[in-house]
Amino acid sequence: MINVIRAEMRKLRRPTLLLSTMAIVTLLTVLFTFLTFWRVGNPDGNGRRGEIVTAQFLSTPHGLVYGFNIVAFLLGIVALCIFASQTAQEYTYGTLRNLLVRQPARMKILGGKYISMVLFAILMVLLSLISSIAMAYALAGHAHVNTTSWTTSAGMTALATALGNVLMSVAGFGTVGMILGLLFRSPISAIASGVIWFLILENILAGLVTSTARWLPGQNLTNLTTGQNFTFSYQHSLIVSALYLVGSGAVVALLFKRRDVAN
Amino acid sequence: MNLGTQSSQLAISVTDLTKVYGERAALSHATFSVPLGTVCGFVGPNGSGKTTTIRMLLGLISPTGGTGTVLSHAISEPEKYLPRVGAMIEGPAFYPALSGRENLRVLASLGGFDQGIVDQLLERVGLGDRGGSKFKTYSLGMKQRLGIAAALLPNPKLLVLDEPTNGLDPNGIHEVRSLIKDLAADGTSVFVSSHLLSEIEMICEYLVMLREGKVIFSGKTGDLLSAQQPILVAKPEYEVDLNKLVDIVKKSGHEVTVEDGSAHVTSPADWSATLNRLAFEAGITLASLTCVLPTLEETFFEMTGDSQ
Repeated sequence: MINVIRAEMRKLRRPTLLLSTMAIVTLLTVLFTFLTFWRVGNPDGNGRRGEIVTAQFLSTPHGLVYGFNIVAFLLGIVALCIFASQTAQEYTYGTLRNLLVRQPARMKILGGKYISMVLFAILMVLLSLISSIAMAYALAGHAHVNTTSWTTSAGMTALATALGNVLMSVAGFGTVGMILGLLFRSPISAIASGVIWFLILENILAGLVTSTARWLPGQNLTNLTTGQNFTFSYQHSLIVSALYLVGSGAVVALLFKRRDVAN
Repeated sequence: MNLGTQSSQLAISVTDLTKVYGERAALSHATFSVPLGTVCGFVGPNGSGKTTTIRMLLGLISPTGGTGTVLSHAISEPEKYLPRVGAMIEGPAFYPALSGRENLRVLASLGGFDQGIVDQLLERVGLGDRGGSKFKTYSLGMKQRLGIAAALLPNPKLLVLDEPTNGLDPNGIHEVRSLIKDLAADGTSVFVSSHLLSEIEMICEYLVMLREGKVIFSGKTGDLLSAQQPILVAKPEYEVDLNKLVDIVKKSGHEVTVEDGSAHVTSPADWSATLNRLAFEAGITLASLTCVLPTLEETFFEMTGDSQ
């Protein structure tokens, strides 16, 4: 498995992928954190779904990671795109056959590929966290936010919890991307179906029939990033997300193991 | 074909190997063997089942029926023999955004091979100075060379090459031919499919021929060619005598065709003396009389029923 991870990391660290992804992640994080602090207390809203986030709230231990939390969904979408393209391109380039000749144990290929992409996602999330913290400190003065509680033990706990939850959520979105990549075997189809579902269809569905939201994968994966919930519990989201990912992951892993490689 | 060799002396051996897609048999009850240390050509028209066979030998697709071994291990356990097999299947497939060198390093990492071999292989296939260029900037010939380098990564005991000379210029084709000969001389078994039958004839001592998913010949290339009826090419000194010569041949019970002012007679080689005498007795002077064995290409077209 370690050989597979080494091989995959060589692909993931190519500058065009690594630098562009990290640039996009940094840009999104900086933008969202900037808007939160710059428009602090704005009656038109400066937080998630039009919420009004005040300086008082940002001065709590959770204030440091608020910007990071609200960008987490987009980090998840970026992870979905990367996991999907890195998986599906093996079919479109025809490189899967090379991989399987050099490593015929298909589950090792799948496992190594997944672990390397999770490592890539961790790097992406850490960079986002650092960017968000830097931006929060830079704009705290302008927003009249007291940063004292950010460095208390409660602040550190909030930071660690946010990091853990966002990592879980991003890895979850990435897993969906990999599953779609294995199913569709085409990067464009896999990414398009994932993005359209999570960004558009799920929101329409949850808006039209609100009771469905608690059972939709994207709603639950996003809910994990907040570590708290407004309509359904964190534990519920954890269980539903795990069921979705483990169930569909097992099906596509079985398909990958048994399916003929004819392209 | 029974080569009379034990399994341990065979690079490849398949019995009744079959692959069916829906109602179509891509390969039907194929049985053949390739001895260790030989160069074996794998030929057949497009769609005859060559790539399907190669994919089954490499564990990429599962057979519908039959059995097979590669380097004495069952094809159902590819992890036991693939570390000693190099392969290029259906043309070179690499990551366009990575350099040739980096592409090879990906595969070297995956196989657990020494990274130091990558530059040696790039030199060996003539890509030493372009190893740092992105794969997407390579010409077809360069891509093909990189594919061959990738196949050589494991220092293979068996090398499987699917159309290795596609896109190569005559110099490149010559280099691949030399490379295959060198590898065979070092004891590597080579199983090579190609549409360039003249190349196959030059380098392959064994041959497996497919048509419509069935093996129509497997054995020594020399045995196949020597079993073919030779052609006597008789050219009269004066062209006006050609029809007379054709009549003489027909009266003798042999098939004859006229091509480029010569009579092409299908007959045993030793009938040439008789033909020469009959022509002389009829007052025809032959400018030339040659016995020509059919080439592999001609034999191939005859056996596969393809027109040229």
